[in-house]
Amino acid sequence: MSDACLDVKYVADLARLELSHEEIPHFQSQLDKVLTHIEQILSIDVDGVEPTSYPTPVYDRVRQDEAQEGFGQEGALKNAPDQTMGQIRVPKVVDAS
Amino acid sequence: MSLCTATIATLRQRLLAKEISPSEIVQDLAKNIEAQNETLGAYLSWDLDAALKAADEVDLSAPLGGIPIAFKDNINVKGQPCTCASRLFEGGYTAPYNATVTHKLTAAGAIPFGRANMDEFAMGSSTENSALRRTLNPQAPRHIPGGSSGGSASAVSSHMAIAALGSDTGGSIRQPASHCGIVGLKPSYGRVSRYGLVAFASSLDQIGPMTKTVEDAALLLESLAGTDGRDSTCLDAEVPSYTKALHKGVKGLKIGLPTEYFGEGLDPRVKELVMNAAKKLEKEGAELVEISLPNSQHAVATYYIIAPAEASSNLSRFDGVRYGNRAEEPRDMLDLYSRSRAEGFGSEVKRRIILGTYVLSSGYYDAYYTRAQKVRTLIQQDFTQAFEQVDAILSPVSPTPPRKLEEAKEDPLKDYLADIYTISANLSGICAMSVPCGTLNEEGDDLPIGLQIMAPHLGEETLFQIGSTWEKIRG
Repeated sequence: MSDACLDVKYVADLARLELSHEEIPHFQSQLDKVLTHIEQILSIDVDGVEPTSYPTPVYDRVRQDEAQEGFGQEGALKNAPDQTMGQIRVPKVVDAS
Repeated sequence: MSLCTATIATLRQRLLAKEISPSEIVQDLAKNIEAQNETLGAYLSWDLDAALKAADEVDLSAPLGGIPIAFKDNINVKGQPCTCASRLFEGGYTAPYNATVTHKLTAAGAIPFGRANMDEFAMGSSTENSALRRTLNPQAPRHIPGGSSGGSASAVSSHMAIAALGSDTGGSIRQPASHCGIVGLKPSYGRVSRYGLVAFASSLDQIGPMTKTVEDAALLLESLAGTDGRDSTCLDAEVPSYTKALHKGVKGLKIGLPTEYFGEGLDPRVKELVMNAAKKLEKEGAELVEISLPNSQHAVATYYIIAPAEASSNLSRFDGVRYGNRAEEPRDMLDLYSRSRAEGFGSEVKRRIILGTYVLSSGYYDAYYTRAQKVRTLIQQDFTQAFEQVDAILSPVSPTPPRKLEEAKEDPLKDYLADIYTISANLSGICAMSVPCGTLNEEGDDLPIGLQIMAPHLGEETLFQIGSTWEKIRG
């Protein structure tokens, strides 16, 4: 066992995920159980073993630099929940004060 | 004669002979969907007008000319919804572009028809995590259809689809195929482009066919496979004629039986069915070899670090800005992100985002994520060594028959552990297929059981050789 401790509320904040008062203890007990199972990998000898990110080597493949049809403004905005003047509208980000 | 119960191969013959038309197939499917979908819930939506229009314009000389194909609702088809079975898109989302597989299938003459239900964002193995509706197993309606491509499996199994596309990150094609008594193939990593598939875990995801027969899976894969400039992981490797491999037989093939896949936790009745298939293949000339995949015991733990880690990153795009749910009257941007996501995501997705964020967070990254990547190397090495001895590996798909609905409701780990035999193929990038191998009777229901065939990376032809032989001798 490790000294790891998953603080569900703290980690959910990192993930920009608001949790309800009911969800926090509920997820905490479920994820503690999952974590206990996952911790078996802490006892495996992996000295000298290289990590695998992708099952096959991934190279910087690039396609031909040819113009292709894009969405266009209308297509790109079609699913936006709030828009104005051909742009996506969001709450104010920069504080002018 | 009913058209919806036929296979791709049969329908293609009849279409070319001009006995039937593509629109007749679409109409017959639509009739069946109207009759069954309210109960079975395989589809979230379908657009009959669009399918009939496509049917009128289709090129019958193309390899899949006139064949309707159902799509899992996480693959983009321009102009159609793509909800990922999430409340996040309940307010509406219309795909502004085609996935590469959509483009390839329509270029081959296929008609996209029907959006199949799934576990939300492909996270789950029962389709019970769909936020939008419940899907039943057509073979045993009190039981789960499996998941996450449970809608695709249910649709094919109930003849509401001729064939379907699914996606497989840890078994999400093979396990529902096994549970619903159909064929499901997870291609090798890089065999099929994922451009336009809503990403779950990018080092594991693959799109693949879910069909009534092994031959149909070969026909579909021939059109799906191949390089794509829009997915840098998609390999520039020749696509062989998979249908040619169907008639090669198994004589001289060495088939491995991994000790670890037949031990503790496996229902003895499932074991008996799989071993029976192995013995019949031996009679056809295959040689059975006992092998070992010692690190497979760590596969579930490794997977449930790597997959949530990648998911937490991939799902950060759902922030309420460009698409999907947006919270009302946000105080600021952070409030907009946090509440839009909280309102949109279901419990399983939230759990995996939290777990993934945790294993990637400062102080835990090396202990969990990097270590899991190293164990992944060990799992992959097991397969490399095994395939030096054998041409293919045979195993169960799932340790038990399909469980009853709602049996794992408050215990996510229970379902995670049931992925034990399928996730290693995703971690190591090899190809694997589920083929029906019998049924088990429980309380009056005949529960389908699948046989898993695994082959080396880009070794799909071997899967078709063994799968089609088994289909012929199954009886």
